[in-house]
Amino acid sequence: MLLFVASEAVFFLVLIIAYVAYHTTSSGAADAYRYLDVPRTAVFTICLISSSFTMWLADIRFRTGRRRPALVWLLVTIALGAIFLAGQGSEYASLISNNVTISRDLFGTTFFTLTGFHGLHVFIGLVMLATLFGLELKRGVTCPSGAVESVSIYWHFVDAVWMIIFPVVYLWVLR
Amino acid sequence: MSNENSTSEKAGSILEVREYKSLLSWLSSVDHKQIGIMYITTSLLFLLVGVALAMVMRTQLIKPNHHWLSPETYNQVFTMHGTTMVFLAVMPMLTGFMVYFTPLMIGARDVSFPRMNALAYWLYLMGGILIYFSFLTGDTLHAGWSAYAPLTSVNYSMNKYLVGTGVDYWIIGLLLTGAGTIMTAINILVTVVDLRPPDMKLTRIPLFVWMSSINAVLMVLALPALNAALVMLFMDRHLNALFFNTSAGGNPLLWEHSFWFFGHPEVYILILPGFGIISEVIPVFSRKPIFGYAFMTAATVAIGFLSFGVWAHHMFATGMNFTVYYVFALSTVLIAVPTGIKIFNWIATMWGGSISFDTAMLFCIAFIIQFTIGGLSGVVFATVPVDWELTHSYFVVAHFHYTLLGGTIFTVMAGFYYWYPKITGRMLFEGLGKIQFWLMVIGFNGTFFILHFAGLAGMPRRVYTYPDLPHLATINLISSCFAYVLGLGFLLFFINLVISLFKGKPANDNPWGGWTLEWATSSPPPAHNFDRIPPIRSIRPLWDLEQSQKQSGAAALPSHGGENV
Repeated sequence: MLLFVASEAVFFLVLIIAYVAYHTTSSGAADAYRYLDVPRTAVFTICLISSSFTMWLADIRFRTGRRRPALVWLLVTIALGAIFLAGQGSEYASLISNNVTISRDLFGTTFFTLTGFHGLHVFIGLVMLATLFGLELKRGVTCPSGAVESVSIYWHFVDAVWMIIFPVVYLWVLR
Repeated sequence: MSNENSTSEKAGSILEVREYKSLLSWLSSVDHKQIGIMYITTSLLFLLVGVALAMVMRTQLIKPNHHWLSPETYNQVFTMHGTTMVFLAVMPMLTGFMVYFTPLMIGARDVSFPRMNALAYWLYLMGGILIYFSFLTGDTLHAGWSAYAPLTSVNYSMNKYLVGTGVDYWIIGLLLTGAGTIMTAINILVTVVDLRPPDMKLTRIPLFVWMSSINAVLMVLALPALNAALVMLFMDRHLNALFFNTSAGGNPLLWEHSFWFFGHPEVYILILPGFGIISEVIPVFSRKPIFGYAFMTAATVAIGFLSFGVWAHHMFATGMNFTVYYVFALSTVLIAVPTGIKIFNWIATMWGGSISFDTAMLFCIAFIIQFTIGGLSGVVFATVPVDWELTHSYFVVAHFHYTLLGGTIFTVMAGFYYWYPKITGRMLFEGLGKIQFWLMVIGFNGTFFILHFAGLAGMPRRVYTYPDLPHLATINLISSCFAYVLGLGFLLFFINLVISLFKGKPANDNPWGGWTLEWATSSPPPAHNFDRIPPIRSIRPLWDLEQSQKQSGAAALPSHGGENV
């Protein structure tokens, strides 16, 4: 999973570089970022980051064999991730209603590609978490060893990517 | 070093293995050996197609002002030749060797994730079919394998009546094969880290495994850059994104940077397992241990590391500031150093050895010479003004064919002659092999050496024909004639592969007197690979076994192995 995450990191690196390159070199063509609602997204960002923390709590409890509290923390993680995803969806809706689309300008292009792929990864992460939850919930079924660890590595990675995307996209405002 | 007799009872031909007889066993296989064979076979079919496309190109270029192919068709032919050779023939062929031999060489039962291994193969096959499916749209990719933007945008479709969907098939096909490659790479790395027997220390694994592992690292880190570039292109084509749309401020250089950030490590992905094969074959046929095992490994790591820092030398002609030129020119010169270390190590391994000139060894020797020429003409491009002069000329074509055809394909041929007995239980015909070798050496050098001069004379690549300027007609005529010789060599190779399967001499367990663990099991290996793994005390466990049996006065071994361990 670590190797896979390394591979994914390069993928996001290229997309982030694309964003940064167009953000700095052609500011005239990419100024739609002024439509972003930074405080609102900051709230959802906090949700996602805390979901990493709750995943860690779940991971520890799985390791020490305390299944019930582990499942609770897992559920909290899923809920926080889902809130983040819902927040992203409503953000997209309001941007599109302001006519900020992928083909409007270079900001739209890079913004939707970058955050869209991140959202896709959050979604895949949620599917993995839900699968884990479902398997662990059923008595008598034990997940393959390392499954919890792998999913949690993936989830932390998705978070870490957002911790780079958020400052780069939302906080870095050019005059 | 021929095999006098087939002593082992277990060793039959691969055609007689009961588990391999039904089609279902292949379709549903998760065994690394079967998947390896499927990889190799599929890639051989694509290689055949790629060679045929090359013959078409050389026929088109045989005389000036030749209008046998239309420019559109020619563009599609050279694009598909490049794409096929890089993504569908050479890379999966090397992957096949990696998948087949990595577990055998470290003494493991299988790879770490057998099912993911099968998935990766099927992704590759389906991706390959999708890429070829693009021909049916009447408008396959025509911008070269590097697919520079904006030639891939919707506006540049050549077919007026169909919206060019060929490029989309190309994109999706490459994404699929790319995903498969990343999976295999992860699989190989985890296998090498996880599944070694306790005695198989990292300092004792064969060099092929070392180089495959470094190769896997390159795959894991390079292919996502290509995937990201492909995704951006796909966004542009289908969601009207503006990444490469210059009228909206987009920049085609973004494609070039992303592509070559993948593309240069890719060059090393295509050669490192080849280096590994050579490092296995040369010591065995020189009857000497490899010279400088640690240096070989370190040089491979250095190549892997540096390969991520040289990509912009593909783009010198796009104009950059001088600091960038200096950095990339320097790193390009620097990467020649570890490669040179390897060349000298191979020569030093042969030095003073008792060399037997079997076909596998002949290919190795030709490889060293041809790859050195290819390497030298590569360093030439580090000089920025020379690069400006020669880039996009036939000099470049000559250069990279010296590294990839004269380099990688020759190592693969050595690999086939060396390992075919292990995989199938039959020997390849040596006589036919030597004829093939000479046809290929003569054909290859005749075709490509002279193209250096075509490039110096100013002939641009990727153009379907050329005017009747001085020398160009002669050079191209000679080149095309030798290309047919080379094609004949390839044809003989395929014939040899097929008839040896049925008529080849039965091979014993260790026909070449090899030292690495894959020779400790039967040919072809049983489903569980090893009955017992011999003790591993050095990089040459079988040699140790032979010595200890000699010393202990045990019953003399049959010549060159064949022992049941």
